[in-house]
Amino acid sequence: MSDTLLPAGPPDRAGLRAPVDLSHKLRPGEAVIKAVLLTCAVLSVAITIGIVVTLIRPVIDFFDWPGMAAGDDGKRVAFGDFFATEGTYAVLPLIVGTLMVTVIALLVAVPLGLGAAAYLSEYASPRARKWLKPTVELLAGVPSVVYGFFALKFVTPTLLQDILALEVGFTNSLAAGLVLGVMVIPTIASLSEDAMSAVPHSMRQGSLAMGANRMQTTLRVVFPAALSGIAAAVVLGMSRAVGETMIVALAAGAQKRFDVDPFSGHQAMTGYIAQTFGGENPVGSTPYNMAFAVAMTLFVMTLILNIVSMIFVRRFRNVY
Amino acid sequence: MSAASATAASVTNLVTSGRSKDRNVGSLVFLGLLWFSLFFGVLVLVALIVDTAIKGAPRFDAELLTNYSSLFKPEETGFKAGIVGSIWLMICTAILAVPLGISAALYLEEFADTNRWWNRLIEVNLQNLAAVPSIVYGLLALAVMAVIGFDDEGVVLGGAIALALLILPVIIITTRESVRAVPQDIRQGSLALGATVWQTTWRQTLPSAIPGIATGTILGLSRAIGEAAPLIVVGFGVNVLFTPELGPEGLTSSGTSLPNQIYNLSSQSREEFVTAASAAIIVLLVMILGMNALAIIIRNKFQRSW
Repeated sequence: MSDTLLPAGPPDRAGLRAPVDLSHKLRPGEAVIKAVLLTCAVLSVAITIGIVVTLIRPVIDFFDWPGMAAGDDGKRVAFGDFFATEGTYAVLPLIVGTLMVTVIALLVAVPLGLGAAAYLSEYASPRARKWLKPTVELLAGVPSVVYGFFALKFVTPTLLQDILALEVGFTNSLAAGLVLGVMVIPTIASLSEDAMSAVPHSMRQGSLAMGANRMQTTLRVVFPAALSGIAAAVVLGMSRAVGETMIVALAAGAQKRFDVDPFSGHQAMTGYIAQTFGGENPVGSTPYNMAFAVAMTLFVMTLILNIVSMIFVRRFRNVY
Repeated sequence: MSAASATAASVTNLVTSGRSKDRNVGSLVFLGLLWFSLFFGVLVLVALIVDTAIKGAPRFDAELLTNYSSLFKPEETGFKAGIVGSIWLMICTAILAVPLGISAALYLEEFADTNRWWNRLIEVNLQNLAAVPSIVYGLLALAVMAVIGFDDEGVVLGGAIALALLILPVIIITTRESVRAVPQDIRQGSLALGATVWQTTWRQTLPSAIPGIATGTILGLSRAIGEAAPLIVVGFGVNVLFTPELGPEGLTSSGTSLPNQIYNLSSQSREEFVTAASAAIIVLLVMILGMNALAIIIRNKFQRSW
């Protein structure tokens, strides 16, 4: 290969040194640095493995596997008791609580997030966008414990009970869901704006040339074209809502309930974990292990949502 | 440009943007809805700040910053332990997460061959980690602490590990974006002069990307400063009556953070505690908005276009 790359100079190379082939030069320092950097990158995979390993051990101690001895405090829980609708060790009320809050949050966040994204991508001038986008993203910077306090001390007593005169409890899923929705708006707005901005201009110009106005272009051309990107944003927003802790721990309450009444309090999965670790539960006790089993369920749920979101993103990249 | 061609240009612009046809009721309502959704969040934020500031107004005094928490004198309870603890946690988190995050990002951008399956695995994994619930990182930090041999709960090191793991993906992702924004010409120029890949990265790419990296890091840290969930899991107490020593000994002393103290006081029934929590929220928001403002200033001041 290197012989064919030497047309320059006299054919007999008179007076010229042979070119140095650097392609296989050993550079020990370089290799060490590369190895160090690779180690740092691989650490991210180690974190994931670490999460799974961390969660598995107490989960094994928690369940009543066939043919295994009793746990540290002589108690193991049957699968039937875990996947039950009521009881001390039932996870289904927690899942219902999480889903309730998540659905209310998405009802708030999806229309508002998409509206903000549509304005930023289709209507705003570049100058306006430069200011409006960070303003929307400011909402994501507010700590969730502050949102939780706001839901508990303003949304429930002042907004829901006094102004709207609803019969809501001191802690309720409605307030938690509404505030959680506000928190998720920037996630959905930012990602859908990326997806909508990626729609080629020729498609908009085609629509406008046919006599459509900006609303028709946005709704009938840009939205469908960006749909898989928007779907990815919504799924990722859902994953954020499912995993959020402080708002549901403060505002959604600590009652395990298996119903879908938004006016009453429900305990969510993250709220249960926070409550268990905030209280006095010794390492290895059944409630302690149950918290890990709930965390495992939560981790698997968010993992599935993230994978679904990534599949949507990949599809939307393939279109153009 | 003559007046005629300027008019022609502006008419063309109006027609091709579709704005001239926006006159019917439906599209005006639609535009109104878009405006509403854009400003709804800001509205909530304003309501939040105003309501909290009014509730916390009686407690904007020096004792809020200089007193420790007190269950017996709720009207004088303070957040010194939380504020100092949060700042101390932030420093430890930055020391743990920033070098790691930047190294990983540099590997992925400058050295990795993206066609290899393991590099693709790392990328997919990073996207996934960015969306793992924060409380799960607390459980992981708990396990890491047990491995290192700390059985006491609530030490600063455990909290810093939890927060560092939490913001590591954020730092990696933002660093990669700012490294990617450095034009290829700069790298090629350096390589053509005989520099190695690492020399190019260290002397050309990294200095050019530093404003972007600083912005991303500050935003990541401002997210960490507001987190309470992983710290609850790691066992951060709330009624800590001292501040961690500055230095390595401080790492293994127990501590608390401002969000944890707020969480604890929110569920108290006494009105004085709610007032104190409101005032503490304003302190926390000032800290976070200050960090965000710093990030924006860095971005605007050092932003370069090549």
